[in-house]
Amino acid sequence: MSLIEHTDQGLYCPAGDFYIDPWKPVPRAVITHAHSDHARPGSMHYLCHPDSIPLLRLRLGQDISCQGLPFGETLTIGEARVSLHPAGHIIGSAQVRVEHKGETWVVSGDYKTENDGLSGVFKPIPCHCFITESTFALPIYAWEPQEALFERMATWIAKNQQSGITSVLLAYSLGKAQRLIQQLGSLGIPLFVHGAIWNVQETLLAAGWKLPPVERIHPSDIARPYKGQVVIAPPSVADSPWLHRFQPYALGVCSGWMQVRGNVRRRNADAGFALSDHADWLGLLSSIRATGASQVLVTHGFQSVLSRYLRETDGIQARELATEYKGEEELPPEPEALRPVADDPLRSDERTDTDDPLPSDANPDSNT
Amino acid sequence: MRSFAQLVSELGSATKTNDKLEALSTYFSQAGDKDKVWVIALFSGRRPKRSIPSGLLGLWCAELSGIPIWLFEECYHTVGDLAETIALLTDTQAVSTSTNSLSYYIESLSALRTVSEEEKRTFVVQAWKELTKEERFVFNKLITGSFRIGVSQRLMIQALASSLSEDPDKLQHLIGGNWDPATTSFSTLVNQSAAKGDFSKPYPFYLAYALEEAPTELGSPDQWQAEWKWDGIRGQFIHRAEQLFIWSRGEELMEGKFPEYDPLAGLLPSLTVLDGEILAFKEGLPLPFSALQTRIGRKNVTKKQLQEAPVVFMAYDLLEYEGQDFRNHPLSERRKKLEEIVSNVDHPVLRISPNILFDSWETLSRIREDARDAHAEGIMLKRKSSNYQTGRKRGDWWKWKTDPLSIDAVLVYAMKGHGRRSNLYSDYTFAVRSGDQLVTFTKAYSGLTDAEMGEVDRYVKANALEKFGPVRTVKPALVFEIGFEGIAASNRHKSGVALRFPRILRWRKDKPVSEINTLEDLKDMLRLYGAGPQDPAQAHP
Repeated sequence: MSLIEHTDQGLYCPAGDFYIDPWKPVPRAVITHAHSDHARPGSMHYLCHPDSIPLLRLRLGQDISCQGLPFGETLTIGEARVSLHPAGHIIGSAQVRVEHKGETWVVSGDYKTENDGLSGVFKPIPCHCFITESTFALPIYAWEPQEALFERMATWIAKNQQSGITSVLLAYSLGKAQRLIQQLGSLGIPLFVHGAIWNVQETLLAAGWKLPPVERIHPSDIARPYKGQVVIAPPSVADSPWLHRFQPYALGVCSGWMQVRGNVRRRNADAGFALSDHADWLGLLSSIRATGASQVLVTHGFQSVLSRYLRETDGIQARELATEYKGEEELPPEPEALRPVADDPLRSDERTDTDDPLPSDANPDSNT
Repeated sequence: MRSFAQLVSELGSATKTNDKLEALSTYFSQAGDKDKVWVIALFSGRRPKRSIPSGLLGLWCAELSGIPIWLFEECYHTVGDLAETIALLTDTQAVSTSTNSLSYYIESLSALRTVSEEEKRTFVVQAWKELTKEERFVFNKLITGSFRIGVSQRLMIQALASSLSEDPDKLQHLIGGNWDPATTSFSTLVNQSAAKGDFSKPYPFYLAYALEEAPTELGSPDQWQAEWKWDGIRGQFIHRAEQLFIWSRGEELMEGKFPEYDPLAGLLPSLTVLDGEILAFKEGLPLPFSALQTRIGRKNVTKKQLQEAPVVFMAYDLLEYEGQDFRNHPLSERRKKLEEIVSNVDHPVLRISPNILFDSWETLSRIREDARDAHAEGIMLKRKSSNYQTGRKRGDWWKWKTDPLSIDAVLVYAMKGHGRRSNLYSDYTFAVRSGDQLVTFTKAYSGLTDAEMGEVDRYVKANALEKFGPVRTVKPALVFEIGFEGIAASNRHKSGVALRFPRILRWRKDKPVSEINTLEDLKDMLRLYGAGPQDPAQAHP
């Protein structure tokens, strides 16, 4: 019996009788972070980092039963000893360390190795088995240092301003939007945000976070001039009428996928900023190696590439692990799962819908 | 190199034509003459000869970046562009130190053709180390060819014209034809009198748009000339200085490919230029395009090919007559002179594309339905009073194609695409049923919206059964209607048929796999449309 098993409900720890980021409702769920492919509704009880609690309540409902566990403190659940450690992905994101009878496993959730000043600093935790994500597990993904990237972004904004064009930046409402607000706001640039981002901002401010001020874009404010201003919105507004009011505008997409030119063109973006909350190739490799794990299970992303590389280059016992996590999605999620007519294993009812329960002005934000 | 890399990067991210135009004009007004000649060459499809095989590039890149070759290939399949993959992987974080020009790199690469592999490697690796990511991308593109970055030749010419305050149509004529960017100076290239000495210089082709509205919108039918739309290669016949030059629409000089045309050199009047169709034609009938295809790309035609797929020139326009540019005369006048010439030449290889007689749009519409029987793709409509214009223009020439043939098929393989379809399963192979088997019969790459493609991509990622390199076998469940312009027998495909212009017409979400078409259905179509039952020249006299 493994310390953590793959079940229909999600990753399960039999020793403690709990699940980690389950994709179906369960009695006890340990949550790595508040993105909706990791934190899903319907479970009886949630355990997460204290900073995740308000975000989880925002997304799953105020009435959920939710307990906080600060970084480094150990909680015994059943026969398992559980602790949380910084993952550096978004505010409140954590790796889950599980120990039982001298064996230690760590579930990474999503993580990044660059310190963004908000999400905590990722720390590799020594373990026997490391369950890692692989969203950007190809050597073509080598992130530009964020200082250089934000400098380019500021230059782009200034150029647009000079031409009287609004700069619309697309970024996930939970995670990258806060990084943009923090970085651009600290330069004194006034920021206008979509309702989905506003809701996260209000939640974080209420929880005591210090973030530069932003102004909400109201659906009724159609006539308001945004000429030359900076707008931050979730990726789902792309190609939607919500954007019309900002004409003329330039579209800047913030996503790790923007590393490749074709993706910038596909999104019809005027600028692509390869900004990600996930580790790049070298970030993944150095983190995995630092855990000293002899066994690695690779989830969502380029699983086959990363596990083959670890087997061949590092001699690590690595294999793919199928989950329903999504990493950083390239396109806004479809409201409906695909329903082919023929007998097909991909049944729509088995896919938890990806609609974001956030109240928002336009389409809901993407789920990660 | 820096300013050219910047231009390419601006062109790559510009979403509006005006921004592209501005970036190009700015470049042309600042760049050195030698670099300008190369940029004109690159953006008009005249790429330098390849000096390094792409396999070697991949190998060197993998070695330099310290990754196994299989991982390099995974990266390539995800990026979908070799030059970009290498630019991303050779990230040495070094600040650009190179001040060398575009022409320096092109000429150095060209000189590498004759040196040892080790010397090639030394030069290329050094360049990767001294150039920035954007510059490396452009440098790699110079080696791998195909500079497709969303800039049409027309756009490039417009920008050049505005930087020189010249007429774009005139420039398009000047930069057409046969010139070598390595030996042509900028002033010679854009100089009218220098062009006079080049007897082979073709005129820019006039291209038609597809007719989307009803022809009744075009006004009175008696103002229009109708011809069959032939399924061959658009060609230009230039007879000057007692030599015959044959150009394809792709501005390629078709030297020695069509010996059938040789006798015409002695028969055509001197200083004559014709526009028409290079068409495989046998026993009074056009052959399917696939017959002509067997002759393209071959340096020397075989006797067998000459027998099986002989060509004619189906003339439909006269561009130069008695040494005078004739393009500004109305079509009716050009046509009359053309008919005279063809009749005087009186050689079976030079035919005139017959006019289709019709008295109403209704009649013509019925005739169009029979186009496939005439081995034509549809009908061309040309305004009788129009002059011969430059490039693709609306208004006077229209192509009015027949509705495509179609068949319902199931998706069985998928591959990631290139360019803006990078990391997206967008290239598909389809199958029809044959008993309880599925037989693949065509690939198709276009016809889906971005949203649909995203949906298929997610399906492929979730339902891949097997991997063969970059190809994924998927569970056969998604049914599509595939449209195509023609069908021919082929022994290169398992199904025994090859389709012309296959594309996805629509996603048949309403159809289960059990209801797709069968191989028998395809073979019926092959019997109906794969060979010609009647002479189109006589079908509608």
